[in-house]
Amino acid sequence: MITVDTYTNANEVSGAFGSDTAIMGGGTLLMGALNYGRQNITKIVRITDPVMKQIADAGDRITIGAGVTMSEVIRSRDLVFLAPVAQSVGGPAIRNMATLGGNLFAGTPYGDFTVALLALDGIVKYANGSEQDLEGFLASRGNRRDLVVSVSVKKPAANEFRYRKVVRVKPMGRSVLSIAARLPTSAGRIANPRVAFGAMGTTPLRAKAVESALDGAALDANGIQAALAAVSKEFQPPDDSLASGWYRNEIAPVYLRRLLLNEGGA
Amino acid sequence: MTKTPLQFTLNGKDTAVFVDGGANLLDVLRRVVGDLSPKYGCGQGTCGTCTVLVDGEPQLSCLTLAESMSGHSLETLNGLATGANLHPLQRTFMESFAAQCGYCTPGMIMAAKALLAKNPNPTREQVIESISGNICRCTGYEPIIDAILQAAVEMRSGRVA
Repeated sequence: MITVDTYTNANEVSGAFGSDTAIMGGGTLLMGALNYGRQNITKIVRITDPVMKQIADAGDRITIGAGVTMSEVIRSRDLVFLAPVAQSVGGPAIRNMATLGGNLFAGTPYGDFTVALLALDGIVKYANGSEQDLEGFLASRGNRRDLVVSVSVKKPAANEFRYRKVVRVKPMGRSVLSIAARLPTSAGRIANPRVAFGAMGTTPLRAKAVESALDGAALDANGIQAALAAVSKEFQPPDDSLASGWYRNEIAPVYLRRLLLNEGGA
Repeated sequence: MTKTPLQFTLNGKDTAVFVDGGANLLDVLRRVVGDLSPKYGCGQGTCGTCTVLVDGEPQLSCLTLAESMSGHSLETLNGLATGANLHPLQRTFMESFAAQCGYCTPGMIMAAKALLAKNPNPTREQVIESISGNICRCTGYEPIIDAILQAAVEMRSGRVA
């Protein structure tokens, strides 16, 4: 038997965590698991606190509530740079339900929105007020018994942020891989880039060798060669029904090049 | 087993039921309310045949926690026709041979209804996007897209149910 506890105040949720408890975002993953017979959940926790729905501009960063849906991201004037990322998640019905908070916990090959948050220097905020960089959060995902209330990201300058999702079925499909990159430039060269990949590991991952290779390089065909060489050795991607790990490593430089040079071909 | 009272509006009618904890909306609509128009397909958000409208927006009822629907307005395929008069989408689906086995049709039509409510004059690409979460294994999609575009034409011209 399952009980549903609804909290109107996010600060009160921390006491609700237990091994048999599931925190519900939009339900697209949790309810699917229940439909397929997941037995170890006896309590679902819903949070209706409006703070989870807020999108707040704060100088060079913007904070997005964990309960904000993909459709709400698309409609937000403050999140225009993230609209193509949200648009790549599922179909319209999924996007009306799926939340940022749920995406943070989605297993591979889901979680494309989190790939973008990672490239944008995401910082996770918990209900108790503490913060954690998104990379650290992903490395220990699920271990911490506190509610994620929001993620803040650095606002990219015009043309600084790029995102691609590689799928077999268009317009809706699961990721063969996804790439997000924030590519600031200084004096015509890339400066302090952040590049993240999805479906190349058990969580979204930063491509640190790629970032090192791009730092100080020109954003042209010659300048990115070292980064393209680095990406095939950067990850140990999983095999799944969409693609083998070998295939993912083979195509990673192809799609990284297309992303960096703004080439066509999805 | 303890049940939870739940009230919502279904196709314009106030509806009150008792639901099991953790029940999904599709089960409640089909087994408790008796509205069999939304179908169970994949149970994981891939096929879209369980699509209903919640406050006018498409959602997957098989992935919707029933208890979260308190106070909301729900629409299913059962609410489209007015007596014997079919909704333009229902009519054009028949006229365009947009249904073969028909299992995807309830979800397709509800997804299309949400589109046309917001955008009465969609492009073909916008129609394709609107049904991108709905799978059909019979028609190859072209008749469905044609049917939605034709319904849009008829609704704009005032030929309504």
